[in-house]
Amino acid sequence: MTGAATMTETAVTITVDGQPVEVAEGSTIHAACVQAGIDTPTLCWAENLTPVNVCRVCVVELEGSRALVPSCSRPAEEGMVVQTDTPRVRHSRRMVLEFLGSGVDLSQAEDLHDWMEAYGADPDRYSDEEHPVERVDEPVKVQDELYIRDYSKCVLCYKCVEACGDDAQHTFAIAVAGRGFDARISTEFDVTLPDSACVYCGNCVGVCPTGALQFKTEYDLREVGEWRPEDQTVTRTVCSYCGVGCNLELHVQDERIVKVTSPSDHSVTSGHLCIKGRFGWQYVHGE
Amino acid sequence: MTDIYLGADRATDAEAAAVDEALRDRGVDAVVQPETERLYTSGRSRRLERRHYLLPALHALQNAVGWISPGGINYVAEVLGVPPAEAFGVATFYDLFRTEPPDHDGDTFHVCVDAACQIAGYDDLVASVRASGGHVHLGSCLGQCERAPALFVQGTGGRPDYVPADAEPFELPQAGDPSLRLLRRIGVADPESLESYRAHGGYEALQRAGEMGADAVLEAVAASGLSGRGGAAFPTGVKWRAVAAETGRPKHVVANCDESEPGTFKDRIVMEHDPFAVIESMTIAGLATGAQNGWIYIRGEYPLATARLQGAIDAARAAGLLGPDAAGTGHDFDIAIWRGAGAYICGEETALFNSLEGFRGEPRNKPPFPTTHGLFGEPTAINNPETLLNVLDIILDGPDDYRTRGTERSPGTKLLCLSGQVGRPGLYEVPFGTTLGELLELAGGVAGTGEFQAVLMGGAAGSFVGPDSLDLPLTLEDTRAAGTTLGSGVVMAFDSSVDMTDVVVRIAEFFRDESCGQCVPCRVGAVRQHETLVQMQKRGSLSPSRRALIDEMAEVMVDASICGLGHTAASAVRSALSLGLIASAPS
Repeated sequence: MTGAATMTETAVTITVDGQPVEVAEGSTIHAACVQAGIDTPTLCWAENLTPVNVCRVCVVELEGSRALVPSCSRPAEEGMVVQTDTPRVRHSRRMVLEFLGSGVDLSQAEDLHDWMEAYGADPDRYSDEEHPVERVDEPVKVQDELYIRDYSKCVLCYKCVEACGDDAQHTFAIAVAGRGFDARISTEFDVTLPDSACVYCGNCVGVCPTGALQFKTEYDLREVGEWRPEDQTVTRTVCSYCGVGCNLELHVQDERIVKVTSPSDHSVTSGHLCIKGRFGWQYVHGE
Repeated sequence: MTDIYLGADRATDAEAAAVDEALRDRGVDAVVQPETERLYTSGRSRRLERRHYLLPALHALQNAVGWISPGGINYVAEVLGVPPAEAFGVATFYDLFRTEPPDHDGDTFHVCVDAACQIAGYDDLVASVRASGGHVHLGSCLGQCERAPALFVQGTGGRPDYVPADAEPFELPQAGDPSLRLLRRIGVADPESLESYRAHGGYEALQRAGEMGADAVLEAVAASGLSGRGGAAFPTGVKWRAVAAETGRPKHVVANCDESEPGTFKDRIVMEHDPFAVIESMTIAGLATGAQNGWIYIRGEYPLATARLQGAIDAARAAGLLGPDAAGTGHDFDIAIWRGAGAYICGEETALFNSLEGFRGEPRNKPPFPTTHGLFGEPTAINNPETLLNVLDIILDGPDDYRTRGTERSPGTKLLCLSGQVGRPGLYEVPFGTTLGELLELAGGVAGTGEFQAVLMGGAAGSFVGPDSLDLPLTLEDTRAAGTTLGSGVVMAFDSSVDMTDVVVRIAEFFRDESCGQCVPCRVGAVRQHETLVQMQKRGSLSPSRRALIDEMAEVMVDASICGLGHTAASAVRSALSLGLIASAPS
């Protein structure tokens, strides 16, 4: 999904904020923005997933288009003229962030905090003491020792569904259920994960942008106020379980592994792992 | 190769039999493929052979036992090769499906609470249903606004769905008017008889189209200036030509019969009383575009229209008017009916495709457009029944004759759904250019207090106009210039006695209920908009900052939502505010 055209590809040139950007045919407007060095907020987009363009935080103004367009999925076409910082764009981005913050707990969606400040999002302005607004408020689902689900932090970006489905794992244990504001990520009839098709690859946890899906280790440490990212080291290594060669990033705090990720640009994993690489580290600590 | 993981729940015999029968009706064996044969792909992949039978299978379960049980989902999952989590996600998308055991015996009585039924008053209806022991479900518009308050009965235990009002005699308000074009057979020809349809000129257009050939049909439709009557007014000729130009892939003609816009009932009346015309015009669309597959996606609350269309399809097929070499045109074309299950959003064309394909009825981002990536990702001409009906006259009388009615930029006639406080509510046909005042006069003027307060044009997704708009010519161009819309043909009148705040708050609630939940601007915006209006109602006024907030929310819904539902969710609300129908300034 990188934008730069190689010798063999057809290139298209579009104008982003007044500057011409040449990208390979099939690249998105977002890729062109990245190439031009224009920072663009994204939430439901990830380089290792198919764009679903549902969060609408990456919208840009496209000349000739009545509505704003999602830059993450709209292919760049020759001659397009795109604006990424107009009042309309800023307004929509601000409102999307505000809407999200007004309905769910974004306290652990750290990537969004700077954007919310940049766009002046004020999620609290919708409610007052007399008239509280509806929020997603659900108990945390702790159903096993591997990961937890806290849907009061869920922004419905569909990333976990995609990672569980045909973007990575092909397990299809979860889907969006319900409609409108009541829509939730769910197993069939909300059965617990051990009773579902879940194979505990943890790829949903790996793509979750808000902490709605979280390693149990991280959740437990946060519960007692001991989650300290600033004190953590990240060590890249190769998974020792089989011969595939998945790269692991071991997040270590106080000499103990607290979380395992994989680089999303890695040629073997594309950021996705199996249960062993993701969760099977206890032997390192002799347990 | 992956297999589907199923929990321990198994379907009862009754559930399995119901699903089997629904599939058999569509020529599919309910055979569970052996695990070694099951290549299983899903999610957003469109390669599944059987996934589009999911909606009929879920209908069968709901009808058989009154809900969709874990065992039932597992059976459907296994037979159709759909993961149970996804089947559950689909089932929970629709109002007509329950995924918890019913807390009552017997049928469910759906009562509409949207504008026309709201001002007609549905309390007495609810009370009488309850008094007779019926279970009431209050919900969105049922498409019977001319005979409000509306009731739809959803059968269980294998009993069919029905609408009690369908048993009443039907008469068109303009019955006998010789100027009727689209409605001329309604109440005249027997909707259950192919012979009667033929005796009133039926199937002459298809024969003519066969003689003309596809190119000449496309030329005639384009020359007529016909535009889509579902609300978006896209030129039909352009759409059909784009589909005709696609080669090398299967192509589809879809009749979008999911009319769910509050205030809209025109397609229901057409389908119930002139079903062969829908079938014939779809066949012409197939001939013109080179599509062989016809689909009717009809809302689940229209049992009579569904039965009459099915009867018409069966009769046409038996007479060789559908199927291989349909009507001797040399073109193969057949039609299948898929029933929706209670979701306004599925009238949006790409949401309709997803729904029919067995996915959640969530709209797709456009482009690509349906003409190249429609149903099953294949080229598709999707039209409203009213749009299709116009094609018959365009073929028979030629585009020049067609353009003698209406205006230069809005040729032809328009079906309009008159409801609310008018003397004779019902379906009307007038040439484009008729003024709003003339139309209201034709419908017997403003009823109730006789004093005219406002008209809702185009439905919940449209806007209100006031008494100063009586001279407004009803054309696409004039309504657009006036900042309103004809939309799907809704003209709902309110007399001076109506508390418009109640009406507008309900419209906002309608969008909150009907948002699919996919994109943030609409999923959250529709909720916040409704909450802001409820606050206004409680306080009796709207502060300047809340008034500004409504505009700010509207702007992001218009600019950044995926589909037309989000784009229009604030339209009626804002027009009511600017007309001063609601919300006086804080005192």
